Amino acid sequence: MTTATPAGAAVDEAPVRKLYRSAEGRWLGGVAQGLAGHLALPVSWVRLVFFALMPANGLGVLLYGVFWFVVPLGAPQQAPAAPREAGAPARRRLPHRPDKGQVIAFLVLAATLGVLAGNVQFPISDGYLWPLLMLGVGAAVVWRQADNSRRAHWAAATRRSRWLPLLRSAAGALLVSLGVGTFVLGRSASESTENLALVFQASVAVLVGIALLAGPYLVRMVQDLSEERTMRIRAQERAEVAAHIHDSVLHTLTLIQRNADRPREVARLARAQERDLRAWLYRSAEGPEKADEKEEQETFAAAVRATVAEVEDHHGVPIEVVCVGDCPVDEGLAAQLQAAREAMVNAAKYGGEGGPVRVFAEVEGRTVFVSVRDRGPGFDPESVPADRMGVRESIIGRMRRNGGSARVRSAPGEGTEVELTMERAE
Amino acid sequence: MNPTPEERRARVVLVDDHRMFRAGVRAEIGRTEESGIEVVGEAGDADQAVTVIKAARPDVVLLDVHLPGGGGVEVLRRCADLIAAAQDPVRFLALSVSDAAEDVIGVIRGGARGYVTKTITGTDLVDAIFRVAEGDAVFSPRLAGFVLDAFASSEAAPVDEDLDRLTQREREVLRLIARGYAYKEVGKELFISVKTVESHVSAVLRKLQLSNRHELTRWATARRLV
Repeated sequence: MTTATPAGAAVDEAPVRKLYRSAEGRWLGGVAQGLAGHLALPVSWVRLVFFALMPANGLGVLLYGVFWFVVPLGAPQQAPAAPREAGAPARRRLPHRPDKGQVIAFLVLAATLGVLAGNVQFPISDGYLWPLLMLGVGAAVVWRQADNSRRAHWAAATRRSRWLPLLRSAAGALLVSLGVGTFVLGRSASESTENLALVFQASVAVLVGIALLAGPYLVRMVQDLSEERTMRIRAQERAEVAAHIHDSVLHTLTLIQRNADRPREVARLARAQERDLRAWLYRSAEGPEKADEKEEQETFAAAVRATVAEVEDHHGVPIEVVCVGDCPVDEGLAAQLQAAREAMVNAAKYGGEGGPVRVFAEVEGRTVFVSVRDRGPGFDPESVPADRMGVRESIIGRMRRNGGSARVRSAPGEGTEVELTMERAE
Repeated sequence: MNPTPEERRARVVLVDDHRMFRAGVRAEIGRTEESGIEVVGEAGDADQAVTVIKAARPDVVLLDVHLPGGGGVEVLRRCADLIAAAQDPVRFLALSVSDAAEDVIGVIRGGARGYVTKTITGTDLVDAIFRVAEGDAVFSPRLAGFVLDAFASSEAAPVDEDLDRLTQREREVLRLIARGYAYKEVGKELFISVKTVESHVSAVLRKLQLSNRHELTRWATARRLV
């Protein structure tokens, strides 16, 4: 199994380590479990840190709450999920009957909140404290419910009561509304003047209540959506690869099977396909901007490669091309390309038996150089009769007319090399 | 092509994850057994490769670039002590279906002494193995092209250290290799001996591994290779 593309390899090698809260064996929200898993620390350490931070003006609670809010509940992991389903049915009832740990966690939370309430000087009177507390508890219930419904969503086989989640949601909603209501009523009872401010405060309170109720669901939904989007992009990429392989590779393989008795044709098809697949793989790896660039203006290297591909396909002779440097194609270079094409055709026709034809194109500064070389039988350039126009006109003459130069080097048995040199316009 | 009468021997380990390909290479270079290549081990992934190489201590490792378990670069990294060994160092010749720049430069930087693609013929491969075994570098025309490309812009930017720059002669040698000349033909063209050609090529390889500051970094960044 070779790695297909460099980009793919990079993705496979370094998956982004995401922090998830754990649903397995959690006490409250699974934050400590998730953090412990992420940092590769024992859970008890993380919990101790949170507990230790609690008396510090409730920093632990605050942190825990932030994590609970921001970090999504653990993605279903295949490995731990399976044994749980099969082997330990007793643990399934964990949400119903809280174990000692959960009770302790709740107690510590309550105690801390109590200490907080006792120590911190709230600049608000009791008339606000109780509604606020009610709000908080209601919101907490709703938020936990959001977690559970999410879990039920991916752990499809939940045989828990259908009423419990509804009941919990309703209880949460009721508490929040009650809190908001008391808040507004409490204020209106104490200050019956300034109607405008009252209406304003009431609407803010209602909005906060709605946000608290809908918040967790919204957050989870956004998280789900982004997850789904990555999945969809991945699926799309896979479909694109599959389609490309289907369209071109399978098609070529079929043609090869049909032409199995004609080795030249098979080689031609295979080479064309190889080049095509390579170009496709590297272009998709190099990103979309590269493709745009190619569309808007054809560069010299690309043009040389295209010419090579064309001649290779047409004559069924392998041509190996090396391009160094690049520049835009101007008038002189277009003529040079045509001359090079002619040289390639000649090499393919007369010199293709001795191995691949080699094309080398180099842009260095203002000089553009192309060499076409074959390892065929070669010939003596002096002995070519004066009436043979192929090389003389379409290669040497064309280069000269456009301000370049061409040189044909060949000797019997040593192959042929055509060197084309042209100065760029700018 | 280069019929040296002297007794040439090389112990080779094949590393490739396709067993069919290993069998093919074994058959191909086994056909020229009189020239003395002995396949002393095979491996299909990076871990196996390191074990086999450390056990067999071959002269040359034919190394596929794409392997399960970290690829050829990982094998090179874990065999760094063998490459650097003062006595009988193990030489690596990368053999890959890919001729993409990142693969080529990656294994050359990792310490491979040459890079050939899988389209190479059996006789050329045997030749390359011996060349690498004797401590020389093997450049395919394509690789020569990459190197030229990498150092192409060095004229424009003033480079303070000569170390990173190719000399005019090295550039000429590379250019001819990129044009498909064999080392012998390069020598004839430039009126130098084959040994000199080889030392130029080895110098290029050394610069390619060392030049991690200027052109190559810029070149690699431009192509998003690093």
